[in-house]
Amino acid sequence: MGVMSKEQSQLLSKIATGNGHGEDSPYFDGWKAYDENPYHPTNNPHGVIQMGLAENQLTADLVEEWVMSNPEASICTPEGVTDFKAIANFQDYHGLPEFRKGVAKFMAKSRGNRVKFEAERIVMSGGATGAHEVTTFCLADPGDAFLVPTPYYPGFDRDLRWRTGVQLVPVKCESSNNFKLTKQALEDAYDKARQDNIRVKGLLITNPSNPLGTILDRATLRTIVKFINDKRIHLVCDEIYAATVFSHPGFISIAEILEEETDMECDRDLVHIVYSLSKDMGFPGFRVGIIYSYNDKVVQCARKMSSFGLVSSQTQHLLASMLNDDEFVGRFLAESAKRLGERYRVFTKGLGQVGIKCLPSNAGLFLWMDLRRLLKKATFEAEMELWRVIIHEVKINVSPGASFHCSEPGWFRVCYANMDDEAVKVSLQRIHTFVLKNKDVVVPDKKRCWQDSLRLSLIKNRRFDDIIMSPHSPIPHSPLVNATN
Amino acid sequence: MRLLSRKATCNTHGQDSSYFLGWEEYEKNPYDKVKNPNGIIQMGLAENQLSFDLLESWLAKNPDVSGFKRDGKSIFRELALFQDYHGLPLFKKALVDFMAEIRGNKVTFDPNHMVLTAGATSANETLMFCVAEEGDAFLLPTPYYPGFDRDLKWRTGVEIVPIQCTSSNNFRITESALEQAYQDARKRNLRVKGVLVTNPSNPLGTTLSRNEFDLLVDFIKDKETMHLISDEIYSGTVFSSPSFVSVMEILKEMTPNDAAKIWNRVHVVYSLSKDLGLPGFRVGAIYSENDAVVAAATKMSSFGLVSSQTQYLLAAMLSDNKFTKKYISENQKRLRRRQRMLVTGLQKAGIKCLKSNAGLFCWVDMRHLLCSNTFEAEMELWKKIVYQVGLNISPGSSCHCSEPGWFRVCFANMSQDTLNVAMKRVKNFVTDSTGAECGSSSACFTKSFSNWVFRLSSRDHRAPEER
Repeated sequence: MGVMSKEQSQLLSKIATGNGHGEDSPYFDGWKAYDENPYHPTNNPHGVIQMGLAENQLTADLVEEWVMSNPEASICTPEGVTDFKAIANFQDYHGLPEFRKGVAKFMAKSRGNRVKFEAERIVMSGGATGAHEVTTFCLADPGDAFLVPTPYYPGFDRDLRWRTGVQLVPVKCESSNNFKLTKQALEDAYDKARQDNIRVKGLLITNPSNPLGTILDRATLRTIVKFINDKRIHLVCDEIYAATVFSHPGFISIAEILEEETDMECDRDLVHIVYSLSKDMGFPGFRVGIIYSYNDKVVQCARKMSSFGLVSSQTQHLLASMLNDDEFVGRFLAESAKRLGERYRVFTKGLGQVGIKCLPSNAGLFLWMDLRRLLKKATFEAEMELWRVIIHEVKINVSPGASFHCSEPGWFRVCYANMDDEAVKVSLQRIHTFVLKNKDVVVPDKKRCWQDSLRLSLIKNRRFDDIIMSPHSPIPHSPLVNATN
Repeated sequence: MRLLSRKATCNTHGQDSSYFLGWEEYEKNPYDKVKNPNGIIQMGLAENQLSFDLLESWLAKNPDVSGFKRDGKSIFRELALFQDYHGLPLFKKALVDFMAEIRGNKVTFDPNHMVLTAGATSANETLMFCVAEEGDAFLLPTPYYPGFDRDLKWRTGVEIVPIQCTSSNNFRITESALEQAYQDARKRNLRVKGVLVTNPSNPLGTTLSRNEFDLLVDFIKDKETMHLISDEIYSGTVFSSPSFVSVMEILKEMTPNDAAKIWNRVHVVYSLSKDLGLPGFRVGAIYSENDAVVAAATKMSSFGLVSSQTQYLLAAMLSDNKFTKKYISENQKRLRRRQRMLVTGLQKAGIKCLKSNAGLFCWVDMRHLLCSNTFEAEMELWKKIVYQVGLNISPGSSCHCSEPGWFRVCFANMSQDTLNVAMKRVKNFVTDSTGAECGSSSACFTKSFSNWVFRLSSRDHRAPEER
């Protein structure tokens, strides 16, 4: 879109002409590089590999096989067409009862059946994108704010703010404690908002976290519940990655906290879950978003708003069948966790071989890579420079931490579940090649902690730049020193 | 501090309207030929159930589609992952071709100017978010579809100011009514951002005349920030003359000078819910030549995309030109036949309808059955029709009609037999009540009615999805 004329800006609304859609974020810039030169094993083997897309492609075969073996689940097949008329006609915003039941069962099963979900509370929406916007419309007025721990999914800037007029207030999490959410950080953010005369209406957490890939432990969840009850604010839990947990510790849903932590006071009217099948089942194209609220009024209001983004009845019908197939669901969840775990291991091992560390994680479709040592300076400009090198030289699209509002430069999210094993090999190969080309630059594993403590002591006395640039420094040069843009 | 938002606690969603209240009665006591022959017949639902067999037979002949295959290869994975808000190119192409065909190919549409949305409900709201904001108003001719109160106003903060149309000229838009609406808006300190018309009209079932188009174009032409939105969701249901004229055709016919003034302020809303009878699939579209509107609306469509599975199915179906040609003409034939049945049946009971040539309903004149020329009397009559006659029809007041006594009666959402039963009931009711007194039982009706309204507005009741 070019420069807008004055007339155009008066012709359209502020929402339409502003940039609240968030697409000017660097999160999306890497896509352009990918779109212009996408990797393909045979047609374009030197193209950019897309590792900025948190998709789950590892279990498509399982779903596909189920669909082919269950023709009656489709309203287009001879076996299923008798349902065509009724389904094509069905636009009740309560959704197909069997669909809601299936979703409730799936949600319970992916939480080890430790909790149950009531089908009556399941509200549909246009993907989790739609779910977040509707939830915000129900809970907050223009000018109100939600607290969000950083780093967070860039889409929230659009989903929670754009058309609702609501603000986001970051709750800073830091690498010093592995980005854990602390009571102090929550209180600080809340107090600052109050000082700035911003009315905080709620806290939004993503658990498992995007981009960290970590889950919240019980203690943190309890802290959160106590915090929101004390402040009388809402808690929105985005559990979109719930079934991507592939190893210990196990996932704890907010639903479990409500059921089990009965020693704690919690007003259920404040608790809401956003969910979707886009990540756990890998079909973002089907637009299945879910709002699950413990607050009856929110359920009612969200249900009315769901008119603006109902799930296609054709899709509801297919999924009702699939999700009520207990044998399939059990097998799917187990196999999915297994494949994600394997992919995680392959990738972290590959990165580790060239001295690249990641935040230890056990969920999600991505890794939170620590590339701080490769930065020229500990600045976001340096992060952008490094990112451009990764895109143009290494030819991998990853997402810079700045786009996730990370408070520290040098972290990158790299997705690993949206490609086949071959592409994984190629991407690791490229990373190896790049790092080894600058091999005096990267320190192998065993020397690293010695180097780290040396650096720390050096930093105390010298400017970081000096350390990096000095030819006699034991600290490796950042590849950026030699890089050409 | 209030726990929920203002939007959550107000009733701008419009669901407390009487339009939706009759549903409750229908749901408690639905007609079934065999199981419940005395139940209430649903005539408040503007659905098109007349042509499903055509769709089903197409499916039977196209097994590739049902198997998620293209040229024999499985494309399930690609579909499952496809969430590009630009939409499936094949589907958009098929959709614009279908829209052109409905308009006799007198206009063509560019798929790059089309935005897909989750139903027309979402299309209308999205368009509002793009062209207006709190403090703005759109003018709408009355009577209009009750859902607009929710779709255009609820979350956007935009107001609707009615252009009052009356039976004196068959509810056509007049220059004075347009001017009056504009002044009403100004008096309320609202900035008028444009006019929204539904063409063919819901609930009237009529198509806009060229004269009305001239008025609308003249009205917005020189007001540089005003838009004209044409909701053409019923465009494929035009079954007799005069033939349908889309706003896009009007644009095409204008002199270049005049067209230049307004081409980027005219927008069309469409959907497959009525023409193809697929409301469950949530397929809506915004069409605009204004790039900025398309760009903004495309991004907003993230909040309500069309399922890729559905796009794929309909891309295949609508690309089959032989099929679409046959479907469009057969569908219109059946609608015409059905409308005639309703009109004749009502005629036999001495009830007239507004002359209509489109839609899935008739606009029925029951003013002569009112006890008094008031909306209270209209409500009384409506309750009699629901409870005594056993028909759920929509009272004109729910459509913001300025005159009491008009009702919208749908004819395409039931079998022929059921329609016949409905007509017999109407005839009997009219015959029985000739000479019956007004007001005798109205007092207790009024009391139980307001109790009922009270109960209903505090509950989350079903299904106000129809038009």
